Amino acid sequence: MQYTSPIREPLVLQGKTYADVTEDICRQVEAAPNPRWLGAMFLSLLALGWGSYTLYRTWWYGIGEWGLNKTVGWAWDITNFVWWVGIGHAGTLISAILLLFRQKWRTSINRAAEAMTIFAVLCAGSFILMHMGRPWLAHWALPLPNTYGSLWVNFNSPLVWDVFAISTYLTVSIVFWYMGLIPDLATIRERAKNPIARFIYGAMSFAWNGSAKTWARYEMVALVLAGLSTPLVLSVHTIVSFDFATSVIPGWHTTIFPPYFVAGAIFSGFAMVLTLMLITRHVYKLQAYITLEHIESMNKIILLTGSIVGIAYLTEFFIAWYSGVEYESYCFINRAFGPYWWAYWSMMTCNVISPQFFWFRSMRRNIYVTFALSIVVNIGMWFERFVIIVTSLHRDYVPSSWTMFWPTYVDVGDYIFSFGFFFTCFFLFAKFLPVINIAEVKAILKSSSAPSVIEKEEKVKAGVKLTPSYNPKSE
Amino acid sequence: MEEKKYWRGLEELTNDTEFVKNAHREFVNLPNTDESDFSEPSRRDFLKLMGFSIAAASLAACEAPVKKAIPYLNKPEDIDPGIPNIYATSYFQEGEYASLLVKTREGRPIKIEPNNDASFGATTSARVQASVLNLYDDSRYKTFVENNQPLEYPAFDEEKNAVYQKKVKAIDEKIIQKLASASNIRLVSGTIISPSTQEVIKEFIKKYPNTKHITYDTPSASGILKANKKTNGVEVIPTYNFDKAEIIVSFGADFLNNWLNASTYAKQYAQNRKLSKDNANAKLVRHYQFEARMSLTGANADYRAAVKPSEEALLVAALYDKLNGGNPEIKNPKAQQLLDKAATELQNNKGKSLVVSGSNDENVQIVVNAINKMLDNYGATIDLDTPLYIRKGKDEDMLNLIEEIKSSSVDAIIFYGVNPVFTHPKGDELKSILKNVALKISFAERPDETSVLCDFVCPDHNYLEAWNDAMPRKGFYALAQPTISPIFKTRAAQESLLIWAGNNTNFYDYIRSYWKANLFGTQTKYKTFEDFWNYSLHDGFFETTAVVKDTPKAENKKDRKDEPEAKTATANISEAKANIEQSYKVSNDVELVLYETTALATGLQANNPWLQELPDPVTKACWGNYVCVSQKFAKEKDLKQEDVIKVEANGKSVELPVLIQPGQANNTLAIAIGYGRTECGKVGKAVGANAIYLATTKEDSLHLFASQAKFTKTDKKERIAQTQTHHTIMGRDIIQEATLSDYQKDPAAGRSVVKIHTSEGLKKATDITLWRGHKYHNHSWGMVIDLNSCIGCGACVIACQVENNIPTVGKKEVLMAREMHWIRIDRYYSSDAEKEDLKGLEVASEDPQVTFQPMMCQHCNNAPCETVCPVVATTHSSEGLNQMAYNRCIGTRYCANNCPYKVRRFNWFHYAEDSRFATVNYTQTTDLGRMVLNPNVTVRSRGVMEKCSMCVQRIQEGKLTAKKEKRTVKDEDIITACAQTCPTEAIVFGDMNNTESKIAKILNIKSEIKRYDDGKEEIIYTMNEPRAYHVLAEINIKPQVSYLTRIRNIDKLDKKEKKA
Repeated sequence: MQYTSPIREPLVLQGKTYADVTEDICRQVEAAPNPRWLGAMFLSLLALGWGSYTLYRTWWYGIGEWGLNKTVGWAWDITNFVWWVGIGHAGTLISAILLLFRQKWRTSINRAAEAMTIFAVLCAGSFILMHMGRPWLAHWALPLPNTYGSLWVNFNSPLVWDVFAISTYLTVSIVFWYMGLIPDLATIRERAKNPIARFIYGAMSFAWNGSAKTWARYEMVALVLAGLSTPLVLSVHTIVSFDFATSVIPGWHTTIFPPYFVAGAIFSGFAMVLTLMLITRHVYKLQAYITLEHIESMNKIILLTGSIVGIAYLTEFFIAWYSGVEYESYCFINRAFGPYWWAYWSMMTCNVISPQFFWFRSMRRNIYVTFALSIVVNIGMWFERFVIIVTSLHRDYVPSSWTMFWPTYVDVGDYIFSFGFFFTCFFLFAKFLPVINIAEVKAILKSSSAPSVIEKEEKVKAGVKLTPSYNPKSE
Repeated sequence: MEEKKYWRGLEELTNDTEFVKNAHREFVNLPNTDESDFSEPSRRDFLKLMGFSIAAASLAACEAPVKKAIPYLNKPEDIDPGIPNIYATSYFQEGEYASLLVKTREGRPIKIEPNNDASFGATTSARVQASVLNLYDDSRYKTFVENNQPLEYPAFDEEKNAVYQKKVKAIDEKIIQKLASASNIRLVSGTIISPSTQEVIKEFIKKYPNTKHITYDTPSASGILKANKKTNGVEVIPTYNFDKAEIIVSFGADFLNNWLNASTYAKQYAQNRKLSKDNANAKLVRHYQFEARMSLTGANADYRAAVKPSEEALLVAALYDKLNGGNPEIKNPKAQQLLDKAATELQNNKGKSLVVSGSNDENVQIVVNAINKMLDNYGATIDLDTPLYIRKGKDEDMLNLIEEIKSSSVDAIIFYGVNPVFTHPKGDELKSILKNVALKISFAERPDETSVLCDFVCPDHNYLEAWNDAMPRKGFYALAQPTISPIFKTRAAQESLLIWAGNNTNFYDYIRSYWKANLFGTQTKYKTFEDFWNYSLHDGFFETTAVVKDTPKAENKKDRKDEPEAKTATANISEAKANIEQSYKVSNDVELVLYETTALATGLQANNPWLQELPDPVTKACWGNYVCVSQKFAKEKDLKQEDVIKVEANGKSVELPVLIQPGQANNTLAIAIGYGRTECGKVGKAVGANAIYLATTKEDSLHLFASQAKFTKTDKKERIAQTQTHHTIMGRDIIQEATLSDYQKDPAAGRSVVKIHTSEGLKKATDITLWRGHKYHNHSWGMVIDLNSCIGCGACVIACQVENNIPTVGKKEVLMAREMHWIRIDRYYSSDAEKEDLKGLEVASEDPQVTFQPMMCQHCNNAPCETVCPVVATTHSSEGLNQMAYNRCIGTRYCANNCPYKVRRFNWFHYAEDSRFATVNYTQTTDLGRMVLNPNVTVRSRGVMEKCSMCVQRIQEGKLTAKKEKRTVKDEDIITACAQTCPTEAIVFGDMNNTESKIAKILNIKSEIKRYDDGKEEIIYTMNEPRAYHVLAEINIKPQVSYLTRIRNIDKLDKKEKKA
């Protein structure tokens, strides 16, 4: 049984029918690439190409190509890693937690968000490989049988936990995403005129036959995977935060990190989903599916998580003072007023101050403001990781080793590589796979966007008073 | 009834053999697919074979790099692969003498160690330690050179060698011919302390009587020699006994670093900086320093006043007056106050004090001598009877020579071990007039600014390839023996001189005959000369108190008398003082000071990357020189660090970047000499700029300062590579210090112990733990570092680098803060700010106190690095070491991040292979350079972490020695490279489980076994020495390295320095 507010806006606008949904979404897959897509793809490949050059330098000559030094052993590499992992979180949250909470508005955005998750986690993974001094031995971080006697990985090391966390996360995300794709791939298969396309999509859809039994299994598997993914939303970034929290470095050794990191991850993930969705919505003319209602809901989550993050920042400062540990206090004072003050205040402005605009409904529903802020938030979240990693390391215990970190062009290039990789993947996805879950949108079409709902909405707009109703038939 | 039975066919019924064989197979006519039938090749076998072949073929295709290890065809008798041979020899370069033991492996010298049996020179400075690399320097002259054209290097080709020898002979003939016709020959050398070489020179002069031997030193001790001639009647440098002095007053003498035989003085000085356990009666030397720049010696002083160089001389005169009851006026209030204090204390410590001056002005030295005489220091802290011979040069000789060359009256000149074009203040002038000399010969080992202007270069051996002897001090005779055959086609300079003098004896025989004739007779211990020679050679030295009949005397000093009874004092002190007052005036002019650095001294070893990368103990800068200015001066003149300024003095100029130096006298500029080589090899070429030409030359003396200097700002910037860029301690208890008076009251003075509030009240931070610790059954290796003894000289840094094959990375990488040293000396300045003023604490005081703290891996028992490594590449040994398995490291750098001491070093590049490091890291990238590598230590690859291993290779070696001798390990079996080299014995290494060990005694260690509920046991050490502490003990990482508090002999600590 589900409560339906009479004044709730329909989730799909313009009175779309089932046929419209199929048509609108499959059109992008079936049509020839449009020039805007080609342009975007070209830029992504350009970034990927340049990034590949700097990546080659990193791997060929060594980590020395970066700006790291004896004191600051991690900077952009792990900043980027944590940043990308964090971005990934939104996809899982949308597809798993919102599914469990029966948030129907998620259906229009979960596909793209999940794809984003996978690509973001791959980008994060690329930084794990990049930051190693000897990346060709990366498999040593896995507990593989070997000929060195009983030589295992160090199960005490948070980096090993990371390996498990990230690989599990990537696996589950891919399975979940692909599972959801199967019915839609079958739809495209059915519509395909080109035999090659029909063959490929046919193979990819695993002989989906659309029978009631298949659908029943599909629903069940979706639920089970949602259940599996939900703890991952919390655990992955918790474990990432352990990389820092279990160390002895002031500014890292902080018990608040797990919740603070998870909130931050969702915060940045939603911002990235918004950035991507607003572009897709515009380019693919999906305004009927990704509505202002969606945007507003997501902005609310950004406001909430942004504020949690803000409180975490303040708590850190309080604890640093309250602990009475001189190194800890110094670390935080140094963050705000030391040589990297600009990074700290960029973080504060972008992460804590800027989301406060979303207290205003007009701002939440303003596409331009939302787009701008979604980028600002991700800049802020990047700075957050930079602040945590670099400003804690660059002035830790022994003042003789205090240094500054400045990135080289290779640092920048490797970051650009990840962007190139991410957007190349994303645009390929947007072209060759349905960006919106056709099947799931259709499932909510009747209950939330049927002509009767639209009619009601118009009445409300016209000032007619309606009483709330319960719809016992709904799911 | 018989059971009913069906047959598959008649064959079964008839039990046909063929049928029975295949009875179990369904399809008889098809190939055998039964896997369990091994009688014939199966599909699986095929697959196995194919798989193996492919794997084998592809493995064979990946050819492993061929590494050549050539065995001995005939094994030399004394060489056992893997076992080092050690030879005693001696070092004398740039006026520095050291008695050495040279460790050779498979015929290659790889490490220099002090010869602790020697009563003189048993300390090795950073330069001595690094000198082994010069042997393997590819920029050395490999053959004789004629008109800058080297002869063809014959390598091992016998035919070519014969041709080569012929050419050398031809060169010798040419030289002999030219020398014979020359009317004015000059042999220019640095101080020669080798008695046999002096004989050679005598012989040469006998053959060519119109030869004059010119000796000059940079920096020279001409002033001291002349002053002693006048005040004491002997033209010598006395032996200074810093260990017998309780009050030391130094006017600009950097006696811990470069003044005369500094590392010997450092050793003596530290004797009186060690504290006895009886704290109530503890005594320390008190050291006053008046100087212009912050020298290493000044940084160690208890009281220090920054004064301009001209004031230094006036202060000497003022001290004399003061000791005579006068009350001279001094413009500098701090200097006035300290001088008053020093004068009173000197009066109270007659015969137990020492006043020294770094000035080269004989008037200043005369007054210094007079002061010491008044204080009864002669015979106590100053020993005139065993003079030092390491500086004999007289400035006027060289100055006269330059005038002679200018007037073209010299027609042949031989440079022996000197590079005057670079190191003499008038070198630039010499460079332009040297063409006036018809025949110019150099014995330079590698191209230098002088040798490239010479007609012939007959390269001398490296000192490790050569026979030699030395008398650095009266009665102390040292031998130097080859530790390797000459690598290149070089010839001992002495042999060249002998050949030209018509004597074909080789120098080895020459030395032997000299020793037989002159030294054998002075002893009675050995009956035969062979014994005498062999034992002396084995020991590396021979000491005698007997007066050697033929004690060599510096030429041209006919009136010199070493015998004390012949002293005649002619000095007129009031005249000397009047001269001082006339030549030094306090003014507001900017003055320039030139000085030698610890690493490069006069620049002879500029092509040595280890030394180039050794940070200066005080400025922490390497790879280049710079202009030091005071903070106040920089503010007034709007100078920023790294602004390039043009400094002009005495009509010459250099352009160098500014380094803001706390403790520098205001209105002074200080520039190191020894940099800016133009001819020395790739490493040192054009590193910095040569400032020697800015020195002041008077008609008979050289002075490494200029009383009037100008500077102009340029719009250029040049980065200065500093290994430490934050200079203050930020009020942290990383260095714990107290004053002597506090220590006398409380041996734990200055110690701070962090306590934590818990529900059971205050607890020591180390008492709360999650850890189960370790239990060491056999050994527990540890170190204790006495901050009171460490003078910060940096010799340990180089010793560690040599021992552990640590790469050099070059200026660019040092600027990126990526130097690889496993041990570093942290240098902190005090700050005037209050503890709460964090911004203020970042700024060093204008006149700071300085502390040095050697820092290396602390081998934590609860090591933060060990827990975070994902692949267990860094682990804990059963003997308390934190060890690195380089092969296992995948380079996540997590351990380095989590190291609170920041002592882990990452191989950012493949320093041993990357062509970009071929020049600066030639010890690892070139075949010749690699000969210096220690075969017991892996050369690390790119992408792995490394750090101090407490010389684990030496630990293993020591343990094996003990094992072979069936006994337990003793302290003497194992010593780390840093501890071995430390001239002040500030670093003590040992086994903390051995109650007899030095470390256990110093720390007064008690160990107990703690049992946990889960049955695990941990060994817990309690350091009962009140001065001992662990850095950052409150993180409870339990290091194996401990420090002893710094106790200053001052009345009270700087208010600002006091901890809350």
